[in-house]
Amino acid sequence: MLLLAVVVFNFILLSLVPGDIADTLAGESGGASQEVMDDIRRTYGLDRPFHIQLATYVGKVVQGDLGTSYYFNMPVTELILGRVAPTLLLVVTALVLAILIGTLFGVIASRRPNGLFSHFVTVLALVGFAAPVFWTAFLLIVLFVAMLEIMPLSGLVDPTTPRGTFSWYLDVLHHLFLPVLSLSSIYLASYSRLARASMMDVLGSDYIRTARAKGLGETSVTYKHALRNAVIPVITIAGLQFSHIFSGAVVVETVFTWPGLGTLAFESILRGDTPTIMGILFFSAMIVIVVNLLTDLTYRLVDPRIRSARNA
Amino acid sequence: MTDRPATAPESGPETVRIERPVVEFLRMYVRNWAAVAGFIVFAAIVFAALFAPVILAVDPFEMVRMHFTPPGHDSYVLGTDNLGRDMLTAIVYGARATLVVGGSAAGLTIVIGLTIGSLAGYYRGWVDEVLMRITEFFQVLPPLLLAMVLVALFEPTLPTVAIAIGVVTWTGVARLARAEFMRIRELEFVKAARSIGSRDRRIIWRVILPNALPPLIVNAALTCGIAILFEAALSFLGLSDPNVMSWGKIIGDNRDYLLDAPWTVTIPGVAIFLTVLAVSLIGDGLNDAFNPRLRER
Amino acid sequence: MEAAAPLLEVEGLEVEFRTRQGVARVLDGIELSLEPGRTLGIVGESGCGKSITALSIMRLVPVPPGRIGAGAVRLKGEDLLQASEKRMREVRGKDISMIFQEPMTSLNPVYSIGDQIAETVRLHEGLSRRDSLDRAIEMLKAVHIPAAERRVREFPHQMSGGMRQRVMIAMALACQPSVLIADEPTTALDVTVQAQVFDLLKELQEKTGTAIILISHDMGAIAEMADRVMVMYAGRIVEEAATDEILESPRHPYTRGLIACVPHMEEEPPPERGALTEIPGVVPALTDLGSGCSFAPRCDHATDLCRSRAPQPFAVDADHRAACWLYGEAGTA
Repeated sequence: MLLLAVVVFNFILLSLVPGDIADTLAGESGGASQEVMDDIRRTYGLDRPFHIQLATYVGKVVQGDLGTSYYFNMPVTELILGRVAPTLLLVVTALVLAILIGTLFGVIASRRPNGLFSHFVTVLALVGFAAPVFWTAFLLIVLFVAMLEIMPLSGLVDPTTPRGTFSWYLDVLHHLFLPVLSLSSIYLASYSRLARASMMDVLGSDYIRTARAKGLGETSVTYKHALRNAVIPVITIAGLQFSHIFSGAVVVETVFTWPGLGTLAFESILRGDTPTIMGILFFSAMIVIVVNLLTDLTYRLVDPRIRSARNA
Repeated sequence: MTDRPATAPESGPETVRIERPVVEFLRMYVRNWAAVAGFIVFAAIVFAALFAPVILAVDPFEMVRMHFTPPGHDSYVLGTDNLGRDMLTAIVYGARATLVVGGSAAGLTIVIGLTIGSLAGYYRGWVDEVLMRITEFFQVLPPLLLAMVLVALFEPTLPTVAIAIGVVTWTGVARLARAEFMRIRELEFVKAARSIGSRDRRIIWRVILPNALPPLIVNAALTCGIAILFEAALSFLGLSDPNVMSWGKIIGDNRDYLLDAPWTVTIPGVAIFLTVLAVSLIGDGLNDAFNPRLRER
Repeated sequence: MEAAAPLLEVEGLEVEFRTRQGVARVLDGIELSLEPGRTLGIVGESGCGKSITALSIMRLVPVPPGRIGAGAVRLKGEDLLQASEKRMREVRGKDISMIFQEPMTSLNPVYSIGDQIAETVRLHEGLSRRDSLDRAIEMLKAVHIPAAERRVREFPHQMSGGMRQRVMIAMALACQPSVLIADEPTTALDVTVQAQVFDLLKELQEKTGTAIILISHDMGAIAEMADRVMVMYAGRIVEEAATDEILESPRHPYTRGLIACVPHMEEEPPPERGALTEIPGVVPALTDLGSGCSFAPRCDHATDLCRSRAPQPFAVDADHRAACWLYGEAGTA
């Protein structure tokens, strides 16, 4: 339902573009006659009425056909599937790191609410929020690439490394380091602040007092009884923010020329490659929905209250 | 039950606390020194943006010297960029685009979010259902990607950029406003207002809204920060008005020379960073001032 | 009455809390003794120090802002205030257990009730996972929860308040503690459920011989359950005697007020209510109680003496003490 809305919305939005593929191609070949233009329009089905075009597009999308890229002249679905792995690698690694390290920071900070580390977390959250992701990325490049010279500047992997070997995977990890660090820094910062607040909240609750009255030690109280409750808001926010992380990935990918969906989206926008843009918007919405479902499942695992009754 | 002068149902206990003692509010705000610092920095940036032509009567696009003059060289405090344009001038003029776009986009975000959120939270039922589906729809589309598409579709001018940002970032405000309205509409003084026959519009605007304002105002500061970051990202990607100097654009123009002339990239970044930091510190200060008891957090 | 050796003895207990407005002495000179199998009631309005007394015995007072200043808490002769934290963890849940006022929030929402009961047993008796779950089922049966085998896998949100309080009791009694502290165990429950919980506590006490400290603001509940009663006001014990004695001839004006339950007593809430919540502009009392009797401002019989000097506990009878100038003179005691 939601996906259908996305498809229709994309289509309407992108049909608002002044000029079409015929203009673009004609412009590239230095002007073309009216007949040639009409011919191109017929090939892409652009001569038919709007609602027919829409219905045709929706029908195709349902079958997994997102159309043909004007620029690459290949099926958009194929194009996207070829680019999705690097993006997922980047986004998922960044998200998981942000949640794990952020929660850990928050827990440590909550142990001493007025301690040094607690203040560090507060400052980190402010800095992480205020720093534009591309700027963070450039600063990291200046530090790790120019000054320390221990990290590669861009790309997914060194093209000379033989594909599929162990050193190939290692090289991908090497290339992944800076993009992931740039992207996760923002969310790591905000999750640690959130986890800290949430932990402090939970540590003051009645059932924590019960756990202490049972004779449990602080480690058990913190990591068994408190953490599982405190992590619920972090999961909620992470799920809600996933589309933002995906957005951040677009910027990070262009900075590091990471060969993922973000770079493809950016380039397609500059090229006016409408089917590809529609395809990517659709596809990313689909990924966001899948991640939201996964968040829900995680939620159910962590919080038994949701298993029985789910309220929005 | 005609419109008789209502016996001030809007003077709920919480309204009294925020509206009357302005002095107390300011006192709480001033106690947060970081928020005061944020305010001073922000005021300075606004000042620079307002009086840019007076401070530096130079066209920021004018090539004044050799390209890549390092900061502090000759009279160029912040150096020059890849086209030999003065960085200081660019930064001062860039503040205008950033603030105008960021500010109006945030305003639009709040208007859309507040409208949708308050209607959904107040009327609930099918209104809520429909509006929340719309909100959900905008939540699954990656906001920056959608903003990029919108800017590219229409002309890349400042209004387009501001509208694009507003259109993609309002969902958070809507959710917050909805939650607040749902909570407050169940409180006694709202029931009282309803029982004396106040109309919906009056209840929404005069009774509930003033009580929902504190969290929304704090959120507005965050919204401003987010809008500024979006503007920076879009102009960094070259998806903004090419004829207007902005901080993101300076970085975008010079990104290929990062390793040769790092100041051309880092300095505008500092400007963005400081502005957003200032705005969020102001937000923290407002939060403290609205909730003096939560200060320990 | 002095015959049986006391199981639990508290002597001269003082607890202070550091607040913005200064140091508040929330407990001052608390003395109590509890014999095996008996029930001691502690009664008083909210904020008079009943819960802090209980938490101090368990040594669960949050340390800062709280601080146990002086005194001793002796369990079978061992001073718990001098014990190591490790030793305290052994005591909590095994020798002394506690149940709380809010059954709705006192159980961890993300673990099944069986897990939560079994956890205590595993911790203190080193039973295996399976054996401890069996014990949990056994305990659920003991507190009369129907279909215990099924319920043991349920989560707190699936149970009513009364059921949850039964679970709390099962958890508290799972390791057969010698002392059970019940802090307002029925305040949050319906009246009919209250009676059931009290009946259950009595029944289990008869079976196991556990001594109970029952904390309540409800004189009726105390009258039904307790052998002895201690009345607290503003962190001090103002009167102490056997239950029948107190009910028949209350001496301290505050106790009389509690028993009569006169509405005007509530017109002026006890001043210490604000002490821990830091409301600006409201005078917190426990930080500057002054030298007089803390009840004097609310007392009909207050004299100049009451306002200038705090009374000691005076013996009004062989086994009955009241801290009130009506029953003693300055310089005696």
